[in-house]
Formats: sequence, structure tokens, C-alpha cells
Amino acid sequence: MTTVDETIQDVAPESNQELKSIAQQEYKYGFITEIETDTVPPGLTEDTIRLISSKKNEPEWMLEWRLKAFRHWETLLEKEQLPDWAHIKYPPINFQDIIYYSAPKPKEQLSSLDEVDPEVLSTFEKLGIPLEEQKRLAGVAVDAVFDSVSVATTFKEKLAELGIIFSSFSEAIQDHPELVRKYLGSVVPYTDNFYAALNAAVFSDGSFCYIPKGVRCPMELTTYFRINTENSGQFERTLIVADESSYVSYLEGCSAPIRDTNQLHAAVVELVAMDDAEIKYSTIQNWYPGDENGKGGIYNFVTKRGKCLGARSKISWTQVETGSAITWKYPSVLLQGDDSIGEFYSVALVKGRQQADTGSKMTHIGKRTKSTIIAKGVSAGQAENTYRGLVRVNPGADDAWNFTQCDSLLIGDQCGAHTTPYVEVKNKSAHLEHEAFTSRVSEDQLFYCNSRGISVEKAHSMIINGFCEEVFKKLPFEFAVEATRLLELNLEGTVG
Amino acid sequence: MTTTSPLETYLTDFADAARDYQAARAGRDPEWIADIRAEALDSFRELGLPITRRGNEEYKYTDIRPLVRQGFAPLQIIDRDSAVGESDVDLDALQVGPSEWHRVVIVDGRFAPELSASDGLPGGITIGSLAEGVHSASGAVRDHLARLADYTEHGFTALNTALAAEGALVLVPRMTAVEQPIQVVYVSTEQTRGAASMPRTLIVAGEDSSAAIVETHVSLADDAHLTNAVTEIVVGAGANISYCKVQQESEATYNVSTTLVEVNENANFRSMAIDIGGLLTRNNLTIIMAGEGGNSDVRGAYVISRDQHVDNQVIVDHVVGHNDMNEIYKGILDGHARSVFHGSIIVRPNAAKVNAMQVDKNLLLSNDAEADTKPAFWIYCDDVRCGHGAACGNLDEDAMFYLRSRGIEEEEARMMLIRAFVSEVVDAIEEQSIQDHVAALIAEKLDNL
Repeated sequence: MTTVDETIQDVAPESNQELKSIAQQEYKYGFITEIETDTVPPGLTEDTIRLISSKKNEPEWMLEWRLKAFRHWETLLEKEQLPDWAHIKYPPINFQDIIYYSAPKPKEQLSSLDEVDPEVLSTFEKLGIPLEEQKRLAGVAVDAVFDSVSVATTFKEKLAELGIIFSSFSEAIQDHPELVRKYLGSVVPYTDNFYAALNAAVFSDGSFCYIPKGVRCPMELTTYFRINTENSGQFERTLIVADESSYVSYLEGCSAPIRDTNQLHAAVVELVAMDDAEIKYSTIQNWYPGDENGKGGIYNFVTKRGKCLGARSKISWTQVETGSAITWKYPSVLLQGDDSIGEFYSVALVKGRQQADTGSKMTHIGKRTKSTIIAKGVSAGQAENTYRGLVRVNPGADDAWNFTQCDSLLIGDQCGAHTTPYVEVKNKSAHLEHEAFTSRVSEDQLFYCNSRGISVEKAHSMIINGFCEEVFKKLPFEFAVEATRLLELNLEGTVG
Repeated sequence: MTTTSPLETYLTDFADAARDYQAARAGRDPEWIADIRAEALDSFRELGLPITRRGNEEYKYTDIRPLVRQGFAPLQIIDRDSAVGESDVDLDALQVGPSEWHRVVIVDGRFAPELSASDGLPGGITIGSLAEGVHSASGAVRDHLARLADYTEHGFTALNTALAAEGALVLVPRMTAVEQPIQVVYVSTEQTRGAASMPRTLIVAGEDSSAAIVETHVSLADDAHLTNAVTEIVVGAGANISYCKVQQESEATYNVSTTLVEVNENANFRSMAIDIGGLLTRNNLTIIMAGEGGNSDVRGAYVISRDQHVDNQVIVDHVVGHNDMNEIYKGILDGHARSVFHGSIIVRPNAAKVNAMQVDKNLLLSNDAEADTKPAFWIYCDDVRCGHGAACGNLDEDAMFYLRSRGIEEEEARMMLIRAFVSEVVDAIEEQSIQDHVAALIAEKLDNL
């Protein structure tokens, strides 16, 4: 399709005045926090990795794993095996210009929130998510990752009573090496793809969560990520293991300050669900998308995958993607256990010059496995939105079931909405249905709203919220409110 | 070429054959066609064939290396007048279609006038040898040959353009209606064993004309050979053209068919791809919606078994708006068969008011069969209504139960449902004689599953 796309780029019309306001709308969460950081020089060699590992006081096996990943990554780089199939365009990344480690300078060991750098706390306040507030909020535990190192962890004791481990990845390596070693890379091996290899080599921190057998986590677990230091790539790694008959709901929300240079974010998320376990993973992604000329903004190249290892296990991904200059992510589920269930609910809104290539992969391996994909794409301005998905039914996956629906809405005549679903079926008992529809906001619906005295802009917002509602209602309550607000905020100025 | 892998050496052999062919024809063909062939040869030397596996999205599910490894040598046809063993070819026995149809028959790359029939055609219509057409005074061949089929991008098209010695030409003048279907038949006899033939078809339908065209590929023997066909169809403004391509070659053959269609304003184009034969069949169908008010109905049915592999690559490119398009492909897979459907609907910037629907459905009768489907959209304009669907599954158990409860034997009920599954596609053929012909071919294939 490259040739077709290039031709299309050539004939793309001049910018449309009417829709200019979309891109010009400023990013509302942009500010830079000035705190002292402990940063290694830019560039990536084996020494960088040894340095990261030693700074984090890691055991030998962890360093070895990182080095293996690094050597694999180097061969991929040498062979130029970067993922180039996505419908996105960006200048080549110089991986030697990136700072691979930066951490807030450690003061003394923190025993309470009062000891956290006040700058950090005020940053969260500006985002509307002060930790104090969060602590009191309906039982939400917060593990805030500021740049690369966790600076505050709350509710830990409460969770510990139930045997739930919820900590930063660095702590987990120190405190629960056997668990980390067992599951690290078991869902996303470092050989998985270029960015997964890079992450495995240099990941600085992230979250680790283990829910013991039969425990239902009583609160939503939350992590806020922020990218802060100029030119620093952020390489988080999240690992969630839900043991037999356990349940956990995990929330991830993002926001980042305005920057001129592009920032690479290559995270890896691994989920493992044992027999009868359920993991619900929800994301709101609202990073800096770049200015109206497409300058700056985050490159969000993420590998997210869950493994339904046990029978009757369930993994559910819900995402609301409104930020980033480029989004490249495909939260996936490996349906290995018999009767396991995988779900993917997504809203991806792009405007200005944003590009998103996102979707899901469902791999049916076990018998009677079931998957659902609901993806809603909204494109405005000069943005490009691509749904890319794969549903694969392996020969042994008898009576697999899948339903996929990926719909797109277009606002304005200069944006693009693309759909590239892949379906691979190797078992005759499979039952698959795929539907997709692309159009602009219905004129009849708009006319109806107008005739009821609702303005064009408000009507668009209502209709688009309605279009996305199926996904929003899958979000935990607080997130659903935030998502609706975020969508409205992002749609301001896109019409009328 | 610096590398000398066996595959690449082989491709060089192809290029050398094309060079020799062109040298032999030097001075005997018009200069314009010689120039096109020379350019196509240069392109082919550069492009080769799409044998790369990594990152080769267009051939993601179809590995053509086995085709190349077979080492098919190009059929050498320097003189198109050399005799054809026409008496060996019994078209009736080959089940190519009713004898009332107008017919152009090409046997082993040579035009067979004795087998062809053009009686009773309205005046002004040309059906016959493309090689003759190249020499004719008519500007239509020169205007349209190799215009739509881009030989600078695709290796198979470049190879065909560089080597195609003969083919079929169908010219329907403006305001002319043809009652009986016009059929183009490409027959491969034992003589094509181990060889590669390059059928080339040009169909130009003038403004407000109407015709139904059937292109059939059939083989006399069970030997392996390669058919690398290119067909170009120009549907003039307001014309009503139906085109049905039937692949009924032996199950040892490799067939790559590239079809380019230009649908001009207010034209109506119906396409039907029937795949029952061949070991490996790859259809590249590209429909360019070049004028407003056009309508395309694109259908396909494949019934494959054993080790058959059918890959349908369908691109519908809406260059301008105000067009309607409906696409449905259905497949029945048994044995170790594998089907690939890759549909792309492209709506270019400013091509507003496009309605497009695309569906691929597969019925798997065996656990060793595999269906890979990719119905894609590339939409660069907001004022559109585009939908697609894909489904894959086994026979509906409720429907089976209903039929059984009515006293119908299991096997019979099963066949009823299978036939009903493909009939959605086949019943849409408007010309009764084509519909009957296709239905009979499919019924026979189903009986032999």
C-alpha cells in the first residue's frame, strides 16, 4: 500500500481554513517541572546498560537478561529490522541521541507523602490528580512513576494484608526476584519486536503487581506516568500476574508537558492470568501530541500483551487514546487456556497532525476461547487514524468465537481513516464475525439536534460521545467521567 | 544483479528469453509496441518477481517461491502463424460454455481461428487476435494497450508485457449492444508442460455500449505450467459491461492473473471471479472508479480442495466521488486448501459521496484448510459511507437441524446449505447462460470434494 499512500500524499489538498482551529488548540496539560535529575549521558552501549543495572543495584540474572536483549536489539538495528509496516510517518530516530536513564535525585528514604519533592506534588496537582486527593479517593492506590523511578507508593500496607504485591518494578526485583524472574518476558519476550527488545535492555522502572490465589483486589490500582526530562526516552515495564481465581482492575493514565523535540516512549506491559483469574486493564493516554505543524509530541510505541494462561481466565483491555504525535500499539491477548476470554475496547481520537496505528491481536489457542474487539476511531484535522487488528484461530482452537467491530468517524475532508483487519482461520469450527463502518457524522442526526436548539459543536460532541459510549461504559467509573471530559476537550474547535 | 541465487538466475533466464523474443520480432512489429516491450523488460530486470517474504505485505499469505522454483520456461512463440493442433482441442469436452457464445480461442499462446466464432456479431465489433490488432490501423489498441497495467511497478505485469506475443482483443464501439456473451478462452495443451504462457487481453467498450464477457482459463492435460495473464478493460462512459473470469485449469497449474479495469462516468461494471481449478491461483483485480456516477459490483466465488491455494487481491480505487461499489467474495474450502482475500477500498481526497461495501465469507469444511482474510479501507475523504464485513465458520447447526427435522438426509442437507452459501454470489450473474454455466461448474466441483 505504500505506493498508493504516497500518491495520496501528493494529491492531498491545501489546508482548509474552516478546520484550522483544531490543530491550533493548545495542549492544556503542558508545563515543565524543574527538579534535579540524575541523568546518564545520551547514547546506548553495553556500558549504559551495566550502568542502569548497577544504579538500580540489580542481581546478575537481571543484567544478563538486559544484555541479551541489547545484543538482540543491536542485530535488529544492524539489519534495519525496525517495524516499518504501520501507516505512520516520522523521521528516522537516532537511538544514540536518547538519554536512557534519568531519575529524580534520591533524597533520604521516604516514609510519607510529605517527604516527596513538593515540585513533584504540585505537578500532579496541576494535572488535577493530587496524591493527597487520590489517597482519599474511593480506595485508589497510587504508584506514581515520575520519569523513571517511583517516588511515592501508597496503600501498600492495606494491599499487603491481602498478600497483594503492588510495587515499582525495581523494588519487585529486589523483594520478589523469584516472581519477577518467572514471568518477566514470558508474554512479551525481548525477541518480540524492535521496541520490545529496546525496552528489555534499558527499562528503568514500572509497576509490578501480583494478586494471590482467590483474592479479589478491593481497589482499582493506578499508575500515573509522566515524561519529564528533556530528550529522555521513557521505558517502563509493567508486569501483572493474577493467580488462580483472583481479580484485579488496573488503571493507567498519562499526560506530559510540552516539548520541542520528539520523545520516544517504548513501554512494555505483560499480563498473566491463571485459571479463573481476571485482569481488567484500562488506559487513558493524553500525552503531548505536538504543535499545529506536527512538531514535537510523543512517539508512543508500546507493546502490550496479556496471556490467558489458565482455563476460564479473562483479560480485558480498554483504552482511550487522545494524545501522542504517533501511537503505535496493539494490546493483545493470547488465549491459551480453554474457555478463556479476551476483550479489547478502544477509542482513538486524532486531530491536528496526529497519527495513530492501533488495534488488537487475539490469538486463539485453547478450546472454546472467545474474543471481542470493539474499536472506535475518530479523525479530525489532518490526522491519520488506522485500525490494525489480527484475529488468529490456531488448528487446535476448537469452537473459537470472535466478534470484531471497528468503526470510524471522519470530521473534515483532510483526515484519513483506515481499517486493516487480518483474519486467519485454521480451524473449521471457528465462528468469526467482523464488521466495520466508516462515515462522517450523520447529517440527519445533526439536523435533529439543531432542530432541538443544540449547537453544531455541542451536537458533534454528543454524537461522538454516543459513538464511543460502548467503550466508555467499559471503563471504571472515575475514568469514564475523565474520558468523556477529555474527548469533549479534544473536540473543541474541530467543527463549526 | 550481483547475487546469483538459483531464483535470481532463473529470473535472469526469463529476462533473456524476453530479450531474444524481442530481437526476433525486431522490425516486424510497430515501433510503439517494441518500445513498450523494451521498457517492460528493463522494469522486469529491476523488479524481478515478488519472492521476498519479509515485509512483502502484498504476498503475505501467498508464497510464490514454489512457482519460481518450478523453473517454467517461457513458451517461445516467435511466429504466430505456426500451426495449432486445433483438432486435438475439443471445447465441448472442456466445458468452456455454450456453443452459441461468440468466442476467441488462444491455444498454447497462439490464436486458433478455427475454434473461434464471431458469427452474428453486430457490425463494428472486433473480436479476435490481439497480435493482429497491434498491426491494425485502429487507434484503440495503441491508445489502451499497457495503459492501465503498470509494468513499472509489478514484476508479473512487466514479464507479461515484455513477452506477450498473442492474446485476445475485444472492441465494442459506442452505442452497440451485444446479445450473446463474448468469451475469451485460453487453452493449455500438453505442449505447455513446464512452460510459462503470457496471455494478454484487451477489452475496450465504447460509450453507452453493453456486453458480457467471459474469460476462461482451461487446461487439456494435468501437467504443471504457469499462466501469467494480464487483462485490461476500459468501460466507456455510460457503458454496461459484465466480466466473468473462470479459472478451471488443472490442479497442477500456477496462475497469476492481473486485471485492470477503468470504470468511466455513469458506467456500470459487474465483475465475477470463479476459481475452481489451479494449484496456486493469484488474482490481482484493480478497479479504478475514474468517473462520477459509476457503479461496480464485484463478486467472487472459490471452491477449492486438496492442496489448492487461491488468493484474491481486490483493489477498488475511487479516484473521484459519487460512486457506488459493492463487493462480495465467498469461498468453500476443503482438504488442505487455503484461501486468501485481501480487499482494499481506497477513497482519494475529495472523492466525496462514495458508497462502498465489502464482504468476504468463508466456509471451512476441513480442519486442515485455512482462510486468511484482510478487508481493508484507506479513506481520505469524510463524506463517504463505507462498510465491510468478514465471516468465517462452519455450517449453521440450526439450519442443519431444521432441514433434518424435515426429513432431509444429513448429506443432502449439508449439500443444500453449501450450495446456498455460494449461490448468493452466483445468482447475481444477470446473463442466464453465464449463470447456468458457472453454476454447473461449481456443482461439479462440489460433487468432487
